[in-house]
Amino acid sequence: MVKSKLFPLCARLLTTAAIGLSTLPAYADAAKPDTLKIGITTFMSGSASVFGMPAKAAAEIYIEELNAAGGIDGVKVEPIYVDEGVGGDRLLSEYRRVVQEQGAKVMVASISSGNCNTLAPVAEDLKVVNILWDCGTEKALEGHTYNYVFRTQANAVTEMVASVLYLLKVNPDFKTLAVVNQDYAWGRDSWDIFSAVLKQLKPDVKIVAELFPKFGASDFSAEVSRLQVLRPDVVLSTSWGGDLDTFVRQASQRGLLKNSQFFLALGETSLERLGNTLPEGVLIGARGDHYFLSPQYANDPRHKAFVTKFHERTGSYPIYSVYHMVQALDGMTAAYKKAIQANGGQWPNEEQLAGAFKGLDFRGLTSPVHIRPEDGQGLETQLFGITTASPDYKFKVLKDIMLVQADQVTTPPGEKSHEWVKTVTPALLDQVQPLSAAQ
Amino acid sequence: MSSDILILAMLDGISYAGLLFLVALGLTFIFGVVKILNVAHGSLYAFGGYGAASLGLWWGQGSDSALVSVALLISGAIAMGVVLGTVLMLLLKKFQDRDPILQLLVTFGAFMIFEDLQRMIWGTQPYFVADVVNQLGTSELMGVVYMNYQLLFVPGAALAVYFLLKWFLNSTLAGRQIVAVTHDREVATALGINARRIGYLTFVVGAVLGSLGGALASPTTSLVPGIGADMIVLSFAVVASAGLGQITGALITALLIGLSRSFCVYLAPEFEVVMPYLIMVLVLLIRPQGLFTVVQARKI
Repeated sequence: MVKSKLFPLCARLLTTAAIGLSTLPAYADAAKPDTLKIGITTFMSGSASVFGMPAKAAAEIYIEELNAAGGIDGVKVEPIYVDEGVGGDRLLSEYRRVVQEQGAKVMVASISSGNCNTLAPVAEDLKVVNILWDCGTEKALEGHTYNYVFRTQANAVTEMVASVLYLLKVNPDFKTLAVVNQDYAWGRDSWDIFSAVLKQLKPDVKIVAELFPKFGASDFSAEVSRLQVLRPDVVLSTSWGGDLDTFVRQASQRGLLKNSQFFLALGETSLERLGNTLPEGVLIGARGDHYFLSPQYANDPRHKAFVTKFHERTGSYPIYSVYHMVQALDGMTAAYKKAIQANGGQWPNEEQLAGAFKGLDFRGLTSPVHIRPEDGQGLETQLFGITTASPDYKFKVLKDIMLVQADQVTTPPGEKSHEWVKTVTPALLDQVQPLSAAQ
Repeated sequence: MSSDILILAMLDGISYAGLLFLVALGLTFIFGVVKILNVAHGSLYAFGGYGAASLGLWWGQGSDSALVSVALLISGAIAMGVVLGTVLMLLLKKFQDRDPILQLLVTFGAFMIFEDLQRMIWGTQPYFVADVVNQLGTSELMGVVYMNYQLLFVPGAALAVYFLLKWFLNSTLAGRQIVAVTHDREVATALGINARRIGYLTFVVGAVLGSLGGALASPTTSLVPGIGADMIVLSFAVVASAGLGQITGALITALLIGLSRSFCVYLAPEFEVVMPYLIMVLVLLIRPQGLFTVVQARKI
């Protein structure tokens, strides 16, 4: 009796399980949503809002245009902006809230390297794709095995190694160098990489001063006086925003820029603001290959239209954070298209989307970017130039623009940057020649 | 250390101390009289800077006169100081005899609101007008070029404000009334002094001083969001080291911090950032009441 009842029950259970298993692939395809919610963290307050607010304006323009063109595979994108200026702890809880309560499927975070280091493991834990869109620290990805975290731009190692190569290309005979960087993680870390590579490539250079004034310092008079006494051949600064503007203005007003060759690795962001304060002949870096007058892309229809629209909207020309934002969103769009194609035209789930980022090749507004499949690190060309006056603009523009390709100046996957930079030899100077951008 | 470096470091230190003193002076002056630790003082610094820069942009463009530029800086500072000082005083009116912590929180709240207001009005891009610096020219000392504005004008303005304030407090009726209220509010009120009016006057004068600090800094620095927060922290270091309410003490401590900072840049740059706070910690460990606070009789 018991046996006769048990058999049909087992049979029914097995049948149900078999049906369930057979339908699994169908459940694995995520249902196509009405809108795709994405979280974007950017500085809307504090001194870093000089990057954050233009980048937010860029995101607004991009998403408006994307939605007007039908969105991604017919799905409109809905951004949720989060202010990075609120501090690490609050940002973290906001990040979780946007993913878990508001249902964001992609997070575009962050500007601050500290925030990237904090949020990357959280994204991995939440299984949400996180695009590191602007932060520089190589440590965000190095030494980790993330499946959901990718970077759509270069990291600090690429930027600093390329900077050293460029400096040695345009000024191969300098003997002394002084650095004036902001006293926080980026200022210190970027100098560590730059000085380590410089030591490998040109060991005879004497570092005459390492100055790290307070972040947000309003007065650089003592630093400028000391540099006037030391008269280094080159003054390097990786500072940005108000700090860089103040330092350059005080140095320029006191004639320091006539005595030493200035190299401002993030100077592209200050060109418009500094107006005629910045003299001719200053070496400028751009954290990527973006520049609104880039010889290669100034007449590219999409780039040109974007620059015009951005200028109309904000009254300013785009700076690198603007390009990085567009690049991140272009990366996201490209990954979705790749994932949809790989999924037979079906909307992808988070895992499939993350898989599409590995080895992704896409283009933002300037050169193509490749995302390494091994570690999710983006390879982005680096642009440098020299300031010169222009009859068309009230501020200095760049001439003699040079480009450094990223692949040979980026730490190979699986290696540690602080060890890799010590293995760089002067042979790199022959292998990686900064190239003149096509005029 | 060569004598050249000694002189250069002193000049840089004095220039920086001048600015620091002006901002700290307003903070300590307000506390000395109305016993309110005004956290929103950083906003006064920021608004003073933005106000002066805006006036410079509106009316100073095209003018070659340093006098016009200086007048615009001072006008901007006074306008901002009077407006924000009045707003703060009105806010604090309801909390006049309440717990000092509550008053501190009110000024902190006001500081946060002013920060947002500043961003709404002037945006997030660095802001500056440097006409006056160019108009005042440069001087060369031992092969080093100095801006006359930083070398002479700012320290001169700080000293002028110091002596003017001393004269005001010692030689005018309003000033003496302020001193009387500082010493004993109850007795001063009993003698017929309107302590509330004096409190308002003090608050506005203190606010104008904070604002003047920002206005005088604006030609050489970039005004950015958060600039007020940076300055308030440094001002607290000066005021805490000097002793709350000490005007001469603030001048000497600002000089001490300015000089030690510039000597650090020459001799031990890694200590530059921590030096003001190192001084503050050392002072508070040895004299918790501050360097210049005098012993006061306890009321029973």
